[in-house]
This record gives sequence, structure tokens and C-alpha cells, in this order.
Amino acid sequence: MCLGVPGRVIEVREFTATVDFWGVRKDVRLDIVDEPVAPGDYILNHVGFAIRRIPPESVQETLALYEMLLGGDDADLMTSDVRGEISGAMKGTS
Amino acid sequence: MIDTPLQFRDPALAHAMAATLKRLVEQLDRPAAVMHVCGSHEQAIAKFGLRSLFPKALDVIMGPGCPVCVTDVPEVDEGVLLARQGVRLATFGDMLRVPGTVASLADAQADGAKIDIIYSPRQAVEIARNTTDEVVLFASGFETTAVATAAVILDDPPPNFSVLSAHKYIPPVMEIVAEMPGSRIEGFLAAGHAAVITGSAVFEPFVERNRVPVVIAGFEPMDILAGLVELVDLILAKTPRVVNMFPRCVTREGNLAAQEQLWRVFRPIGGRWRGIAHVPNGNLRLRDEFAHVDARKRFTIDLPSLWDFAPPALARQCICGDIMAGIRNPRDCRLFNRECVPENPIGACMVSNEGTCKIWHLYGGVPDLEASA
Repeated sequence: MCLGVPGRVIEVREFTATVDFWGVRKDVRLDIVDEPVAPGDYILNHVGFAIRRIPPESVQETLALYEMLLGGDDADLMTSDVRGEISGAMKGTS
Repeated sequence: MIDTPLQFRDPALAHAMAATLKRLVEQLDRPAAVMHVCGSHEQAIAKFGLRSLFPKALDVIMGPGCPVCVTDVPEVDEGVLLARQGVRLATFGDMLRVPGTVASLADAQADGAKIDIIYSPRQAVEIARNTTDEVVLFASGFETTAVATAAVILDDPPPNFSVLSAHKYIPPVMEIVAEMPGSRIEGFLAAGHAAVITGSAVFEPFVERNRVPVVIAGFEPMDILAGLVELVDLILAKTPRVVNMFPRCVTREGNLAAQEQLWRVFRPIGGRWRGIAHVPNGNLRLRDEFAHVDARKRFTIDLPSLWDFAPPALARQCICGDIMAGIRNPRDCRLFNRECVPENPIGACMVSNEGTCKIWHLYGGVPDLEASA
């Protein structure tokens, strides 16, 4: 559960961002993120909150790990935790 | 059990790293034990079969890194009692089957209690906005999740929303485990993503006091191998310090905005961690300013009413606490994979995806990959 999941910021509205996680768009809160976030940035989402803006030079490396994890089936604990993190964000209201 | 072959993006590098680790442990010339405190680390170690690459003289133990597993029996009891009072409880799915004194939340649910499974504290607030029922977020998790609970508390939740905090704070429990009589732990691998919030500096006083190195590592198989190489190197050199091997996510000071919200809402108090010990400053409770959202203040929770019952006989054989303290492993347990399985967990370590027993049940503990490699 403390794995978090990276996503790409599509739109920022005050304290909420629409974030794309492999084609799934969700709303993520920006209350506790460490740096200002803009469209195009990648963030690490944990239970519906961005906890870190991922430095651009680390994005590819970070995504590669998660793509491997998402390739597993639902019985796989890491796969199911990553999917849970994506569900932890909220369905967009816009 | 899931059959997962070793998957490294660079197998040659992984084997070179494993060889380095082996050489360093040979230089040490004695068995050594190190501990990680994160369910995701154990998942990665098990999933990728890393234990088959670890030298036999190096014991890599999972400590109390599963927040659901260390949620103490009376905390589950509080949730059960609230749910039985007719309060609507929102909690993470892992919490449902954690045993309380006489009942789990799943038992309470089967008896008609209203319990909603959520992935995010925000969903508990949404539920409260759409009902007139009292909604209690039964919140578990380490500091990484506690900051999310803090954020929803600070974001003006509706008046029928409150929080039963079972949040736990990791740094103090490392102290407890390091000081346990008979502890063999010579170094800690700290979880990268928890340290995103706290920063690496949070471990500096611990290293100073205990003279034990801490290495912060990410979750890729290579991150873990590299973290262990660094850790054994520090043990060999007898130079205990904090090394951050996950700089792409973790800074020295951590996420200050998150820390500010965390400590504005919560204060650390001492309390029991299931099976481990009383941990000074190990529990996160709401500060007095937030009494209006504190379920413990808002409701009367008559815990002793449950305590006339003795725990079931099987539960007394559970060695979950010793497993999380690193003294024994799941294979030492008479119940593991017999009476105690994920479909019918006796102990908390078999309940959560982050519990050592569930992880070992699913992936096996120490697969013999050398034979098939």
C-alpha cells in the first residue's frame, strides 16, 4: 500500500489535478505535494493524493517498473496493490 | 503460488550485484541479519525470487512493515464496537478480516453492521457528504497514508465525519526492534516511498543512538540488491550512517508540506503494536484541536465489554509478533499454510497483502531458483 503509482498530469484546478494513469483519468489532490505541479508533469499518487512530483529525468525509469508490475494478474500482490492505488484516486468530476 | 521467473531489465548487472553482495558477506565472515520494514519490499523480494540470490549467511528479515498487521486487537475492537453501534465505518479492505478480541470487522458486517471499503480517505468524506449517518474513517497505515488522512481532516469535512486513527509511525518501532533482547539486526533497509514524506534525515538520530546503519532503497529488484550491498558494506566498515539509495524520490528533508500537515493534525503517543511491544511514540492520534473529528472523543466506546472473552485457542498459537520482530519466520509457525491461509486467516500477517505470511503463502519464502537458473 505504500508503493504509490505514477501518473501524468493533464489539467490542474486549484488543489485538484486530473491525472492520466495508463489511459485511466482520475482526480488527484495536490494538498500535500512537495512542489508546484503543471500539466505534463508526472506525480506519484498515494491513496488519491500526489505525494511527490517525479523529476523529469526519473520518469521513464519509474514508469518501466510499474509497467512490469501492471502486467501481472490480479492474484499478484504487487499488481493488485498498484491497481488499488489507481482506484484510490477519484473519478473525475469534469 | 505464483510462478514468477526472475525479471531483471539487466540480468547481467543483477548477477554482478548479487556476486558483490556474496563477496562482501564472505568478507564479513559471520552470519548477519538485516531488516526491512516495508510490505512492498517483501513483495518485491518474494515476487522476484531475490532470496535465492542472497548469500546464505545473510538473513534478510521483514520487520513490522505491515500497518494492518500491527493494528492492535483493541483498535480492531474499537472499530467493531463503533460499527455495532450503528455508525457507518469506512476502512481499507485489508482491515476487514483482522482478528479482534471476539470479532473482526467482517464478522460485524455479517451481523448487519454498515462497513464501506475505501481506497482513499477522500472516499470516506464523499460517503459522509452523501448521507446523514455518522461516518467514521477507521484509518490504518504508516505516515505515508496518515498524511492523506490529515489532509482530509484539514479540508473542512462534513460534520457527520470523524476518524478512528490506528495510524502508526515507523521510526520509533525500528528502535524497539533494534533493542529487543536477542536482536540480531545489524542494519535496516528503509522503504523508499515512506521516506518520500519523512526524508532521510528522520533516521539520523536513530543511527546515532543505535550505531546501526540505515539504507533507503526503492522497490525494483536492482534497488533492493544495491541497497543490501551498501548496507553490508557499512556493516563491514563499522561506519553506521544513513545512505539514501533512492534519491530520485527521497530528499534529506522530505516533503515538508506533507510533514507540516501530518504534525498539525496528529501527535505521536505510545501504544502497543500487535505482537511486537509497547512502542513509545509509535501511534498517531488526533491532537486536541481536532477533538470534533476524533471518533474516540465523539463516541463512547466500551472496550471492556468485549474483554470478558478469551481469544480463540488457535489464535494463541499464532507467532505473528515473533515473525514481525524478526525472531522467527512463517515456516516456524504450526498454523502457517495449514489452519492459517488467506481465505481463513488466524493471524494478522496472513490477512494483509503486506503481511509476511500472506506474501510467503503466495510466492513461497525462499524459492530455490539456483537449481532452475
